Amino acid sequence: MIRAGLLGLGLGLLALPALAEQVVLGLSRDRVQITTTFDGSDILIFGAVKREAPAPEDPMDVVISVQGPSTPVTVRRKSRRFGIWINTDTVEVGRAPSFFAIATTSPIEDTLLRIEDMRERVSLDRAISGWRWIDDVEEPLEFLDALKRIRFEEGRYTINESSIAFDEETLFRTSIRLPANLTEGGYLTRIFLTREGRIVSSYETVIDVHKVGLERWLYSLSREQPLIYGLMSLALAIFAGWGASELFRAIRRA
Amino acid sequence: MQIYLPVAEVSVNIYLLLGLGGMIGILSGMFGVGGGFLLTPLLFFIGIPPAVAVATGANQIVASSVSGLLAHLRRKTVDLRMGMMLLVGGLTGAGGGVFIFNYLKSLGQVDLLINLCYVIFLGVIGALMFVESLRALRRSRVYRPGAPRRKLHQHTWAHALPIKMRFRVSGLYISVIPVLLVGFLVGMLSSIMGVGGGFIMIPAMIYLLGMPTRVVVGTSLFQIIFVTGFTTLLHATTNFTVDVVLALLLLIGGVVGAQFGTQIGLMLKAEQLRIGLAALVLVVCGKLALDLLLEPSELFSLAAGEAPE
Repeated sequence: MIRAGLLGLGLGLLALPALAEQVVLGLSRDRVQITTTFDGSDILIFGAVKREAPAPEDPMDVVISVQGPSTPVTVRRKSRRFGIWINTDTVEVGRAPSFFAIATTSPIEDTLLRIEDMRERVSLDRAISGWRWIDDVEEPLEFLDALKRIRFEEGRYTINESSIAFDEETLFRTSIRLPANLTEGGYLTRIFLTREGRIVSSYETVIDVHKVGLERWLYSLSREQPLIYGLMSLALAIFAGWGASELFRAIRRA
Repeated sequence: MQIYLPVAEVSVNIYLLLGLGGMIGILSGMFGVGGGFLLTPLLFFIGIPPAVAVATGANQIVASSVSGLLAHLRRKTVDLRMGMMLLVGGLTGAGGGVFIFNYLKSLGQVDLLINLCYVIFLGVIGALMFVESLRALRRSRVYRPGAPRRKLHQHTWAHALPIKMRFRVSGLYISVIPVLLVGFLVGMLSSIMGVGGGFIMIPAMIYLLGMPTRVVVGTSLFQIIFVTGFTTLLHATTNFTVDVVLALLLLIGGVVGAQFGTQIGLMLKAEQLRIGLAALVLVVCGKLALDLLLEPSELFSLAAGEAPE
């Protein structure tokens, strides 16, 4: 009993930084429903740091990351051939998140050590992985930059350094903008508490993004029963064409 | 008001789509063309993925063509026998076109193919039509009112080939080979470009097959319905790129616009209409050509999925 207690104390001392401070998290919503009128969504992520002892001297930082499902992406570059611009070089990226947002309390390089980043794959550069080039590309990194640049412009990727409000080293909150062109799936949401660049505690949850109602029904019909979906589209088109013709004939006669 | 398109997976303004459909409808009512050659590039422009724009454009053309065909059937200006023959060629061509489309999509060259097709066909046809209608306009100034007398039909090389067939409504006795070829070509273009192909079919019927003008539009619509319908099904089952919500919105604008377009069309002379259409075709062609020739502002493009080895 005493030995177990001592052992526990020893482990406790080792693991003290991790156990002493924990994240208590709240989300304004844990599911996003893509409806017909869906036009993007804001998610408020807020929480508190629960402590069993007074906070240490060193300042604490918070990193919040939200990542959509990762898929392979093909990046192509155009160049001039025979006087016209065509796709010539290709780099294939094995895994790139369809959505990526990161928010921090301080600039990210002060917040997170490189080794911690590599272990937990927190930053965008760690989240994109497994690229290889198909053609002889001299500067493959340009392709990765292009991938990031295009997705930043589309609002799929955002990096908001120093955007988390962090009060009294206890209460934190930030808001993440989800764009209209969302991919369905689980959006991994992680909160890291760091000190001196080291992760002292972390918490993760999943925000569920899915199509609902008519959107859901049409989308799954188009994938699972493509023939029926195609015939339905055609029937609708033929009916609409016939309807329009009859309607305007009636109007003209009246 | 924004609407989320389930298959295209983008959110667009509903009024923009209705307006676009309406605009295309006005033009198609005025000039008697499906308007697919304008619709598909405009859909690219507002951010619909090209593959979805092509497949959905085909579906939308089915609707506007059905509406037009019914009017022609009532006036008995459809050569069904000719239509069936064009259709045989057309369906084969559409199948081939979807195959080429999918192959080039996997190579990442599908946008180039679509753009090149547009530039070449719009350029050639626009220029021909422009020259022809300008000449007609000048002729009509010389002696009004009656149009210059033409022969019942002109004998072309289409009359010299074997396997002849009689087409009563068109008053023709010609070989089926050029008919099948025209059908095949238009079918292929329709699945690659997401257009009905009326702008190619109509000149081909008049100048290559020597068909009388009064049956040309109805017959072309007849075959377009089946070819674009088949194309829609092929794209829906192989690429999953038909967006029924997008098609429906374009269609509502389209049918209303077409009625106004027809009224405007009645106020203009046939030559003026043809010149207008030719100018429109050339403008679209010029815009697409510039996109190919000028350095794009973004050299890189992304595609989901893995490139083939």
